[in-house]
Amino acid sequence: MKHLDRKIFNIIGYVSLIVLAILCLLPFILVVSSSLTAENKIITDGYQFIPTVFSGEAYSILFKYPQQMIQAYIVTIGVTTAGTALGLFLTSMTAYALSRKDFKWRNQFSFFFFFTTLFSGGLVPWYLLIVNYLHMKDTVLALIIPLVLNVFYIIVMKSFMSGIPEAIVESAKIDGAGDFRIYARLVLPLSKPALATIGLFLALAYWNDWYNALLFISSEDLMPLQYYLYKMLGNMDGMRKAMMGAGAVVTTAIPTESLKMAMTVVATGPILLAYPFVQRYFVQGLTIGAVKG
Amino acid sequence: MKRHTFWNDLKNYRVLLLMLAPAVLFYILFAYVPMAGIVIAFKRYDYAGGIFGSAWNGLDNFRFFFESGDAWRVTRNTALYNIAFIVVNNALQIFAAVMLFEVGGKWFRKITQSALFLPYFISWVVVGAIAYNLLNYDIGTVNAVLRGLGLEAIDIYNTPAYWPYILVLVSAWKGLGYGTVMYLAAITSIDTEMYEAAEIDGANIFQRIRKVTIPNLYPTIIILVLLAVGNIFRGDFGMFYNMIGNNGLLFSATDVIDTFVFRSLITSNEIGMSAAAGLFQSVLGFVTIVTVNYAVRKYDKDRALF
Repeated sequence: MKHLDRKIFNIIGYVSLIVLAILCLLPFILVVSSSLTAENKIITDGYQFIPTVFSGEAYSILFKYPQQMIQAYIVTIGVTTAGTALGLFLTSMTAYALSRKDFKWRNQFSFFFFFTTLFSGGLVPWYLLIVNYLHMKDTVLALIIPLVLNVFYIIVMKSFMSGIPEAIVESAKIDGAGDFRIYARLVLPLSKPALATIGLFLALAYWNDWYNALLFISSEDLMPLQYYLYKMLGNMDGMRKAMMGAGAVVTTAIPTESLKMAMTVVATGPILLAYPFVQRYFVQGLTIGAVKG
Repeated sequence: MKRHTFWNDLKNYRVLLLMLAPAVLFYILFAYVPMAGIVIAFKRYDYAGGIFGSAWNGLDNFRFFFESGDAWRVTRNTALYNIAFIVVNNALQIFAAVMLFEVGGKWFRKITQSALFLPYFISWVVVGAIAYNLLNYDIGTVNAVLRGLGLEAIDIYNTPAYWPYILVLVSAWKGLGYGTVMYLAAITSIDTEMYEAAEIDGANIFQRIRKVTIPNLYPTIIILVLLAVGNIFRGDFGMFYNMIGNNGLLFSATDVIDTFVFRSLITSNEIGMSAAAGLFQSVLGFVTIVTVNYAVRKYDKDRALF
């Protein structure tokens, strides 16, 4: 009888997991397929999961006049690199100080950071501060600064560093190493798994950020990739103009629907390509976070 | 004497304090200063005067917010959506985690987990594009299928009634992988001896899951739900804004506090009123999380957040 239970359970398990997995994948297939379907086919029959009438036109238009797209890529890659590096440095340095058990005020400082997750002034004062007082509108700082530190990342990093044996720190101290030296030379190399995880969280947040651009960026030269995509999806006239402004002689109608999807594919591509390699670290990091609770 | 030790401490910890300084300054500037900026909720903002120089107008901003009727609508929507998200997402994530743990070999597990995690990695802009792909009236896949079946197409972007279901589905879809991994980590850390004991007692797999796995997940569930309940008045701006945008036809069913504050600030420039709405949200959120935490603390001290 035991085996029958197990069999029923396995059938439920496999079927439901496969269905869930397919539901998670299907929309991606739809986007890729739509980007490769002939425009008039989409107009008559709607978006489809298999490109029944194949066409690479959307991509050839996209890559014929790629200036704006490349500019958006440059902004996103620059912001992601700089923000992730700065964020990792600040997060790990802060977490190290908080993880030191002999540091008298560690609980007070931890609460100082934690409290900001409980209460905030809301969007308006923060927005006015950045725009009217710090004058960061239409600067690259407005894309980097808001995401650079996150209390959750500090907590995860701190709990990882707390697991490093104190004896290591003690012996380095006896050898006369200063606090910063211990952090940079000893603790950082031992924290590689946590650094990889937090680094990926930061990189993903920067890569996918469109919100700060929505609030603070109006200059086209500073538009990051996701915001550029957002603008283009909502504004096909803008897209036509961008194509023409780039020197395109528009003789035929621009295939707007498949072009939208091609842009989505190009804007998402790098994340999906990197994904199989970085997933492991995400899982690891979430596990660190979960254990801490 | 006390003064003396304080200066000594300051000297001893000077490097650690210096290492904390950038983050401390960051949070003072970008979290604590804006908290002081709350005063604009009680002022009639003008650009010349700025945050601290504008004239006071008492509770006018709040009166305006509450009398417009928007306050109730957006607060109700925010809370109801979040409650639905908490229930549906956690149930689905626990289900998927239990199944992933129990069923299949290493490869099946790996591939399934990768598939479930995929939506977590894309931006809300892309999710918005996908939704448009599926739900659009003229060329959306859903309507293409309906027409193919000889049924009438539905104008989803003009019908508020569909949106609560759509948004709950989208939220579940995007968060499934993340939550499943969290719960899977908790399940993996359950002592295997407990399973063996259940096996010896003759429990079948359904009983084992109900009596061993689920109860052992309670601490994780409580933490995750507590965190979520604390944020019950915080709408996921990215999701609502990219799914709905400025489509006013749907606002009755989809407007949350965050989208309302954003529109009031950026689109209609009603700075005082949007600040009042934001403060209302912050205070509600703060009271909620402190209350929930207090309740959990009474119930089980170790499981409280603070």
